[in-house]
Parts: sequence; C-alpha cells; structure tokens
Amino acid sequence: MNRTAPLVLGIESSCDETGVGIVRGDTLLTNAVSSSMEEHVRFGGVIPEIASRAHLDAFVPTLRQALDEAGVTLDEVDAIAVTSGPGLAGALMVGVCAAKALAVATGKPLYAINHLVAHVGVGVLDGGELPENLGALLVSGGHTEILRVGSLTSDVQLLGSTIDDAAGEAYDKVARILGLGYPGGPAIDKLARQGNPKAIRFPRGLTQPKYMGTAEAPGPHRYDWSFSGLKTAVARCVEQYEAAGQELPVADIAASFQDAVVDVITSKAVLACTEQGITNLLLGGGVAANSRLRELTAERCAAAGISLRVPPIRLCTDNGAMVAALGAQIVMAGGQPSGVDFTPDPSQPVTSIHLPAA
Amino acid sequence: MLILAIDTSAIASAALLNGEGETLAAFATEDTKSHAEVLAPGIQKLLADAGVSGGQIDAIVTGVGPGPFTGLRSGIATARTLAFAWNKPLHGLMSLDAIAVDAALDAWRAGVDEFIVATDARRKEVYWARYRSTGGTAELLDGPHVSSPAEVPGLPAYGAGAGLYPDVLRTVQDFAGAQPTAEALGRTAVVRLVRGLELLPDLPLYLRESDAKVPGPRKRAL
Repeated sequence: MNRTAPLVLGIESSCDETGVGIVRGDTLLTNAVSSSMEEHVRFGGVIPEIASRAHLDAFVPTLRQALDEAGVTLDEVDAIAVTSGPGLAGALMVGVCAAKALAVATGKPLYAINHLVAHVGVGVLDGGELPENLGALLVSGGHTEILRVGSLTSDVQLLGSTIDDAAGEAYDKVARILGLGYPGGPAIDKLARQGNPKAIRFPRGLTQPKYMGTAEAPGPHRYDWSFSGLKTAVARCVEQYEAAGQELPVADIAASFQDAVVDVITSKAVLACTEQGITNLLLGGGVAANSRLRELTAERCAAAGISLRVPPIRLCTDNGAMVAALGAQIVMAGGQPSGVDFTPDPSQPVTSIHLPAA
Repeated sequence: MLILAIDTSAIASAALLNGEGETLAAFATEDTKSHAEVLAPGIQKLLADAGVSGGQIDAIVTGVGPGPFTGLRSGIATARTLAFAWNKPLHGLMSLDAIAVDAALDAWRAGVDEFIVATDARRKEVYWARYRSTGGTAELLDGPHVSSPAEVPGLPAYGAGAGLYPDVLRTVQDFAGAQPTAEALGRTAVVRLVRGLELLPDLPLYLRESDAKVPGPRKRAL
C-alpha cells in the first residue's frame, strides 16, 4: 500500500448526510454530499429511520459522483475509510455495510474511523499539518465537545461535552418554540442580528461553582455543557409573554438565546484550553457556520493567546472528505486496517480513533 | 451462469449458485441482529471457499424484504455496492418467496392448495403473503402484508412467523422455524432468470412508515 500520499476514499453516514470524499494524502480531490435534511423539516429534527432510508438510496449515486469528480477508479484507491461511530445506529449501518462491501469487492484495506476525530482531521485539507498543543471545539446538531489532540492518529482525549442536548439540537428546539422552522441554527442566527442579546438573561448551564470547582480541584462538570435547561427557559419565557397577552419579542429572544449558547460554549472551551496547555484551537461541526459562534470564539481565543483555525464550512458539516482525510493520516502513520468484521459503535469514544481488526 | 444471492430480511445469509440452481457455497447466521458485522466477512469467505472472483459472477440477487428495517438495509446496501463495484446486474426478489419455494412442495405433498408464508415483523405482528402451490411450485397470490397474526387468512402457515403464533395461525410444525435464506432465494432467482421471467427492482419493501410523528403544539407548564 502507498503510505506516502495514499489515495483514500472516505464514507460518512452517521446522521443525515451521505458523504463520499476522496483525498490523496492531505490534498482534497472531491467531496460529494447528499443530504436528507429536506425530509426532516416537517418533523423539526432528524428522524433516524428517514435518514437511514435516504442513505440507502443516496449511497451508490454519491459514490459514483465522487469517483467521476475526482477522475479516479476504485482500482486506483489505496484504502477505504468509513465512519464507524459515534452516530445514529441505523444510519451508521448503511455506510458501514456499503464500505465493507466495497472492501470485499475491491480487496482494498478498510479503516473504521471515529466521526469526531475526523471533524478534527479534516483540518489538514485546509492549511496542511495541524499544529502542536492542539484542541478541538466541535459543535453540531449531534455533538458539543472539547478535545485535546496530542496526536491526530494516536492520542485524543475528551475534556468536556454536553451532558444532554447538543448545541445544534437546542437551536432546533428553540426555533420550533419560536416558530422559525428547521434547521434552527441559520434561522436564529439571522434573526438574532436584529435583536438585543442582553434583553433577557437566559441561564448558562453547569456554570455554578458546585459544577465548576477550581482549576486545582475541578468540579464534576468544569468543561461540560448542558442546554436542556436553556431550552426550557426559552419555552417558559415565551409562555409568560403569551399569558400576559403581550407580543412576543422574537428577535430579542433569539438574540438572547444565541448569546447564552455561544457565551457558555466559548467561555468553557477557552477555559479548558488555558488550563490544559492548549495554544491552538480548531473549530468544527455544522454550528461552526454560526456567525456569532465564530465571532466570539475568535475574540476570546485572541484574548487568551490561542490561535484559531476554522476549516471551510463545507468541510465542517458532516462529509466523506473528513473521513478520508483522517483515514489517510492513519495510513501514513502506519496504522493497521480494521478489516471487515468490526461492529459499528454508535457511542464510539474519541479515544478510539480507528477500530482495530476484530 | 453464476449468481450471488443475499438476504437479510430475517437472518443474514448469502449463497453462490450455478445456472442449474446448485449451491456452490452458502452461509447463514442463526441470529437476526448482527447483519452489519457478519455479512461482508461471510461473502468474503464464500467467494474464497468457492475460488470465485467478483468478475466471474453474472448477476447479484438480493431479498428486498419485507423485513425489519436496519437488517434489511444491510443486505440491500451490500448488494447494491457489490453490483456497482463489479459492474454486474442486480435484481430483487421478495424475501418470503425463499420460504415459499420449499413450502410449496410440502403443501403439494400434503394436498394443500393455498398457503401462507409468515416471518416475524416484531411488535406482535407478522410479515405474510398468500401463495398457491401449483404442482409444487409457489405462485404468489396476495401480499406481502404486515399485520397482527389475527388478520392473516386461516390457511396452513409456513415460516418462523407462524411458529411464533401457533395459537392464532395454522402453523405447519416442520416449518415453524423456517427463515428466508439466500440459498432458497437464489434457486428461485435462477429459475426465473433462466426462463427469462422478470425479477423485482432492488427497492426495499419496508411496508411500514417510520414511526416519526409531526410534532403537535407545545406543552405548557404555566
């Protein structure tokens, strides 16, 4: 196998995006993505079964598109990489079965890749090698995590995460309460620009001293987040306006909600970085598209002397190129293939960067 | 002719058959919940055991259900990807036909004209279809359906779905544990392909929508 600049095909199906990306070493060749987002709109959130059905129908067309765009054949591919978790079980199964079938059909080595670490690995496609003392803040509809990345291929540690809803999920739920439709992130981000972020003081979850502790004696959730209470606070606030027969200040609520989310995400992330010796931060996940999150992360990182890297948005949202990118890094680092016997793991921990052969 | 057949509508199974409908190699699991793990290694071993490469296969056949969603998709996703990678034609077959092919012979011997094939649809329901045995050959009359066993016509019932509800269905005991297999499905496919008969497209027969409900009005606490 070519381990210098391997041609790697990456497959992603952990949520509602069917992605097939192809890289050569750390160079992106193509990133084909088919999304079932439209089918989830009327439900106000991703429905796993609908997403899984869409993956089955989208996979081969997306694969064909990726190969055509990159101008490569399956024969030329050095290795195949697939998201094995974390993610929605039924959705993961489709990508994993397809990837295993490709490996059986072509005889190419298969790598079972961690979805979250792939969100970090994608960074190499835009700006090359990642810096040392690296941290990653991942914010999406399914995830909110802060990671310490000692080595992309062998040492990743979870510093903190949401203990309930993901940040993007909170956006979706609040957008529903405010009647702004799905997906909630872009709608709230847009409306928030016209509102006063200080109009209503919404709670910042897990920031009380009993959860935070101190740097020397950290509390149980020093770097963790919680957004379910915030969502409920928005619902109660809306009800109070309605009960009083007052017009709902939708823009102010959206701005105040966004302020609460972004404030607590960035403050805890920067705290984790400063206390854990992290001097370079990568921001990833679909919510990296949020204008306020980007702005405040940049501001607070600058103030703390942390360099910030944000990949282009099409590489931040779920895609196959990120899986291929991490796969290629693992191949180049001499990693052994996972084989075709592995079990997809819906709650694969970040410490499991790629699965060993069964 | 060389056919690779796959079915994951209940258990996971695959088989290689020649143009006479003879099995060259086959594998089938016992359980109904490990398709994503075992199917690809099973097919890999099958090809190795038979000394066959993908290029030598003439067509791929996949059971299209009905069956529990995630398992069913495992087989179809595998079959579609193999067909794409090897550039081979892909056909679908209704998975209950796999049981019907043997059931029809048994029914004929027993002097039974019409019969039911049923598999486990979980949630106290069965997937079922009604067949006629014409001289030992199965002919689909009605279905597939998914319903409670009580709604199934009162004919002799074959398959693991009948085995689950012996008090409600007229379960044929010798077939009370029978599951669809790729081997049996492959035999049906070979017969149809040789005779130039149509097979099905490779589209899953889910028979049920997702359980998702469009959200109603917000619950209030005040």
